[in-house]
Amino acid sequence: MPGGIALAIWIVGMGAGVCFVTCSVLRASFLKYFFLNLYVILALFADLLRQFVLRNCGLQSPEYIYTYYYTDCLLTIALFVAVINLASHVFAELNLARYVRFVAVLLLLGTAGFTYAVVVQSTERLATKFAAELSQNLYFVGLVLTYLLWGAVLKLRETRTRLVQMVLSLGLYFSAYAGSYALLNMAPNSEIVQYLGPLLGCFLPVSWALTIIRHSENARLTPAQLVAVPR
Amino acid sequence: MMAAFILAFSLLTLLMFFVSYCRSLTASSMHTSISEDVRDVTGIQTRAAGRDYARVMQILQLCPDRPEDRARLQIVGAYYSFLNLLDQGFAKMFPAVRAWAEEERAGCAHFAAVALGRRIALNREMLAQQVEL
Repeated sequence: MPGGIALAIWIVGMGAGVCFVTCSVLRASFLKYFFLNLYVILALFADLLRQFVLRNCGLQSPEYIYTYYYTDCLLTIALFVAVINLASHVFAELNLARYVRFVAVLLLLGTAGFTYAVVVQSTERLATKFAAELSQNLYFVGLVLTYLLWGAVLKLRETRTRLVQMVLSLGLYFSAYAGSYALLNMAPNSEIVQYLGPLLGCFLPVSWALTIIRHSENARLTPAQLVAVPR
Repeated sequence: MMAAFILAFSLLTLLMFFVSYCRSLTASSMHTSISEDVRDVTGIQTRAAGRDYARVMQILQLCPDRPEDRARLQIVGAYYSFLNLLDQGFAKMFPAVRAWAEEERAGCAHFAAVALGRRIALNREMLAQQVEL
């Protein structure tokens, strides 16, 4: 990817991340959406670390590949926790938050176990292979979880605008990331895939920042207007 | 095989989340009625129709920009283009798609008209401030 475009995308992503955390603090929503903020802060640190390693070791170096995949893996787990946190908000009134957390932890451990079993059977047995495979599977599991969460939002007639838009942003992010990973597997040399990753990385902090700026905690939506086909 | 399945599933969910996200944006303006000024300027009588969108957007671009509306207008613009594509591609095969797309485009036009109303109000305020000075 040309250096200028990559740097521009990186700056936009960093700026949106800082904007989201700042707006959360200013609008007294930092603790309410703590795990979303934690994810964005971790993403900012991961971006800085990746840039540092990239500048010192180069794009094709094993150091950069290790740093990229392991930070990606950690970020995906942090995002997984953010999904659980949003699910806890949605199910809070039904007192099901404890069960949601339990199921999500089981799912996370199951995904890690499944991935390890797949990687162990391969001849390479490389640690990076495990990290890359785990990231792919976690994105897909994250997508399925967000899809279920969206189903719950519609079923429970959730009206909080912020919560609805944050879940939808997560859904868009997971769908696009899982799709781009699949595309990467099917066409590894496709040029568009090189642009997708960094662009998608910007999307989540940008959309969350817009949601926090545009809507107050009291803003409400009519759930029926969210369904694509009216019932 | 697995990658193809994930790609197909991801594309379907991406489409679903995109439509729902855009609907959540347009839904926020559904309870706001179109102002008298906008009716005068655009010629919208009672309810905005899908075909009004292009005209409303042309007039919007003539008004001073409100940065807080920019991103949402761009997303809704992308949604409107997507609906046009859908209409052109599938309406002959599935007539129900045309009716649904038209309803959605009307929502986009209403959203743009409400944004235009806000811009006209801002314009008036700026003019009043200048007169005071």
